[in-house]
Amino acid sequence: MRFWMLIIAAVVLSIISLFIGAIDIRLSDLLSGNTDKMDIFLISRVPRLMAIIMAGAGMSIAGLIMQSLSRNKFVSPTTAGTFDAARLGILISMLFFSQVTYTQQIIFCFAFALAGTFVFMQILDRIKFKDVIFVPLIGIMYGNILSAITTFLGYESDLLQNVASWLMGSFTLMISGRYELLYVSIPAIILAYMYANKFTVAGMGEDFAKNLGLSYKVVLNIGLILVAIISTTVVLTVGVIPFVGLIVPNIVSLYLGDHLRKTIPHTAALGVVFLLICDIIGRIVVHPYEIPVNVTVAVIGSAIFLIMLIRGRAYAKK
Amino acid sequence: MRKNSTKLLILSLLAIVCVLLYGFYDIKGGFDYAFPRRMIRVAAMAITAIAIAYSTVVFQTITRNRILTPSVMGLDSMYEVVQTLIYFFAGSVSVWVVNKYLNFGAAIAAMMIFALLLYRFLFRADKHPIYLLLLIGMIIGTLLGSLVTFLQVLIDPVEYLSLQNRLFANFMNVKKDLLLVAAGILAIAFVFGYRIMDQLDVMSLGRENAINLGINYDRIVMNILILSSVLIATSTALVGPITFFGLIVANVAYQFFSTYKHSILILGASLISIVALVGGQFLVEHIFELNTTLSVIINFVGGIYFIYLLLKESRSAA
Repeated sequence: MRFWMLIIAAVVLSIISLFIGAIDIRLSDLLSGNTDKMDIFLISRVPRLMAIIMAGAGMSIAGLIMQSLSRNKFVSPTTAGTFDAARLGILISMLFFSQVTYTQQIIFCFAFALAGTFVFMQILDRIKFKDVIFVPLIGIMYGNILSAITTFLGYESDLLQNVASWLMGSFTLMISGRYELLYVSIPAIILAYMYANKFTVAGMGEDFAKNLGLSYKVVLNIGLILVAIISTTVVLTVGVIPFVGLIVPNIVSLYLGDHLRKTIPHTAALGVVFLLICDIIGRIVVHPYEIPVNVTVAVIGSAIFLIMLIRGRAYAKK
Repeated sequence: MRKNSTKLLILSLLAIVCVLLYGFYDIKGGFDYAFPRRMIRVAAMAITAIAIAYSTVVFQTITRNRILTPSVMGLDSMYEVVQTLIYFFAGSVSVWVVNKYLNFGAAIAAMMIFALLLYRFLFRADKHPIYLLLLIGMIIGTLLGSLVTFLQVLIDPVEYLSLQNRLFANFMNVKKDLLLVAAGILAIAFVFGYRIMDQLDVMSLGRENAINLGINYDRIVMNILILSSVLIATSTALVGPITFFGLIVANVAYQFFSTYKHSILILGASLISIVALVGGQFLVEHIFELNTTLSVIINFVGGIYFIYLLLKESRSAA
């Protein structure tokens, strides 16, 4: 697949995304200066598109970084407890401060996402048996334990409904004023690109990386921080969107290999395309209502992941 | 042998103590009001406990492992899929919903087909390593779960309420009308299971050995898959899915009794799960006075136990 094909697909899908919704907006409305429709366009449709683009690109790159650093094709924020830790962080910030501010939530969410992923990487270090399937299995269970703690605390403090709302990834509420946090992920993505070569080297293993003169621990930590930043921005604005960070990098790696400098643009573009398709499906099926994007993503994503697992085991072993 | 029967006796006593404690502890107000209600819950818990323990042990025997369970492989999500599909295509006033037996029959039939397909494609050929199967099972669970959510969003809100009423079951909200049917099914399952108990012992030697010793292996596997589906359907209909419970009680039973005899294993696992469910619910409700549900705690403990089991297995595999 060529890069320009992905870009064209992303642009076409973006335009479709801008012009579907409960209220019919045509290009002629915008050109003729219909202020009502112009407002809807600028306050709701454009922010939504921006949110999808940033979340799609950010999460697939977060997944790519994790896969490279853990040297495992099936590690991602979904399968390493990152999202579950972030949710636990949000809940604890609500328990901790009676009137929690947005900044406090961001700090807690970030700290927990970082700590949660870090702990998982530590567990990985301890495991002698680094099977490509075994590692995500442990990660999923680790995430389950974290979310059981969240549910427990949520029950005891009657905050369960709040917690559930972070679980529901949806772009429906992405209007201007509610999505701007996502812009923080852009510098993170740029940083990821700048560090791409170092991540590639770090992905060859600690000893090898040190031999090549790379300070492995520093690169590893920078990678984890970037993952935590991206996850935090996505979870706090959109909610949890599973599987994107898992399957998109894998598909790109299938046709482009594992050199990060080359694969990062493709991964970001494919992530955007994938998320746009899922969101558009969710908006068309029950038009004028909507299906939350995390549902369509989970259905399509888990099906693709299943195919990858059953068919592609030989590939994943490489 | 003698030691094991003593252990069974102790467990039975413990189970009775748990039931009595749950039934009589701290009854305030009208005894006539509270006691029958508690007894209904105890009955539901006991039936669920036995159904889960029984189905897990026999399922693990035919799949020759100690980690996979019917619920981990997504069998109980299948129950929800069937119910949702029925509401989606036939509606809440159709004969498929109104007639409880037809409804239950349809669910069991679908689960059986699912179990059969799983067995055909995943277990029959010995080539798939166990971790892969486990991950596949979990992802199938996610896929089915999100499919359910997807369809539920599409369903008419009035129908949805009725569906939710059917699917939302837990220990506090037992489906009383199903209790008798469930008890009947369990009794039949036991009568049927009793006849193949000895054959199961031989089957733990493996397929080739069992066939050599004159066991009609494939027919019994078929029967067990039917049996597991029926039991899981029963317990899911009664109190909803509890993912890791079967895993815990079966493995505790294997360790506690260290025998291959299914008559002891199944009885023991059933008693252990009654103690765990009734006793656990008693602790949660009356001693710790928590708002949380027992399933949250089971998922927490089960998750940790699961990681422990995986790490232990992996050490012997590596």
